[in-house]
Amino acid sequence: MIVALIDYKAGNLTSVRKALAALGAEILTPEAPADLEGADAIIVPGVGHFEATAALDARWHQAIRARLDAGVPLLGICLGQQWLFEGSEEAPDVPGLGVLPGRCVKLDPSADSGRAGSPNRPSTASEDAAGSETRPYPSSGTLKVPHVGWNALKQTGRPSRLLAGIEDEAQAYFTHSYVAPDSDATVATTEHGVPFASVVERGLVFGAQFHPEKSGETGLRMLKNFLEVARAPGAGHRAAESSEGRRPNDEGRGLR
Amino acid sequence: MLSKRIIACLDVRDGQVVKGVNFEGLRNAGDPAELAKRYNVEGIDELVILDVTATLEKRRTMARTVATVAKELFIPLAVGGGIASEEDAAAAVEAGADKVSINSAAVANPALITALARRYGSQAVVVAIDATLEGDRFGVYVRSGSTPTGRDAVEWAREAADRGAGEILLTSIDKDGTRSGFDLPMTAAVSQAVRIPVIASGGAGTFGHFVDVFTEGCADAALAASVFHFSEHAVSELKAHLDAQGIPVRLR
Repeated sequence: MIVALIDYKAGNLTSVRKALAALGAEILTPEAPADLEGADAIIVPGVGHFEATAALDARWHQAIRARLDAGVPLLGICLGQQWLFEGSEEAPDVPGLGVLPGRCVKLDPSADSGRAGSPNRPSTASEDAAGSETRPYPSSGTLKVPHVGWNALKQTGRPSRLLAGIEDEAQAYFTHSYVAPDSDATVATTEHGVPFASVVERGLVFGAQFHPEKSGETGLRMLKNFLEVARAPGAGHRAAESSEGRRPNDEGRGLR
Repeated sequence: MLSKRIIACLDVRDGQVVKGVNFEGLRNAGDPAELAKRYNVEGIDELVILDVTATLEKRRTMARTVATVAKELFIPLAVGGGIASEEDAAAAVEAGADKVSINSAAVANPALITALARRYGSQAVVVAIDATLEGDRFGVYVRSGSTPTGRDAVEWAREAADRGAGEILLTSIDKDGTRSGFDLPMTAAVSQAVRIPVIASGGAGTFGHFVDVFTEGCADAALAASVFHFSEHAVSELKAHLDAQGIPVRLR
């Protein structure tokens, strides 16, 4: 299992490498788009400003789309997820890969639309308890951006291979200021004043707004699920040609 | 809803955790990697390794410690103590730190905040502020609380955020080591002055102190060291307590 981890100098990739290594993946850092030929799966990580994704120019776009067409799964993490969409208001002139529809926007917890009565707003026992206690709990008016810390992944119920085996409302570690738009690819949302798409999935395109490599067991399971997609029958030519790394009970697992 | 984070701090000297730790089942109670693993199992949200040696020669030991702790840990890890330059920060990051915490060096050279934010992103830059009540304001001290800077903690936190800091680690010199509770007025003043998360530190003694710092203190996260050594299940018990009090936390 060879995973191409694209390093476009947007943040430190040590922890992503470490998590992938712990899951038994071999990591390839492509120097040029042509190097993607050898990969069974592609991960676009990244933190920071959308402008940084400009380093992934048209040649990269073309190569990544070609691999996707050849059945190689693609996972975008954090800024990498945002890049899967058409673009971002953070850097309006930089095109995203555009394999998912819509543009990313600044996270605005005070936006009226999502503030009250949002259908995605989780109502937990602890919140009810807060209501009955006299403790003053800061209202959404005090929510900070960037959104930093652990927050719940509320599954939308759409079929998801990435979320296989993960409990609804499991928490993951976020650190970001911009969010991807909601679309029919949204398989989990997260609430920070407003709900936003925290996990996306369509065909072989996957995205996580949080950092699975920093999200404990939940995050590791998602990375493992992603690697299993790459191993699944019908995924990428390398996996299909090679019996290596496939276990007999792998057949069809996670496919819906 | 965003959870309030519980952060355990490991004060490390010469590769060993220095505050008394007495967990059953640890082969070596002072081993940072074993303790980190233990806290992770209990549900800690983040770890900070604070190098209290901070001499040049010991730096290499520290990098090894960080690398060993980071190896099997898949939650955020911050490293601080004596990071004075981009090179020091790079060594910590290369060893596996997700964030670096800078204190005296940020005061001496505020441009370091921006340089590190450009290089690693703001999310990787924690500015640690040690402060104490001075009249009607909170004065900032450096060099382990020994040297006054003449700066005001609220103003300095704002400046650090403007320069690219991703989080503020705010330690009350008055409360540190007292187990009498966090400095609520100071934490609230700083937290309300900035848009970035504020981690409260110094004074944790009871579970109630954490409730207070997340409500009255408006803290986004709370850090402690010795309080987690009280019992084998302190972290999970603390989280259950916070949950019962209506504070959003990450439960197992």
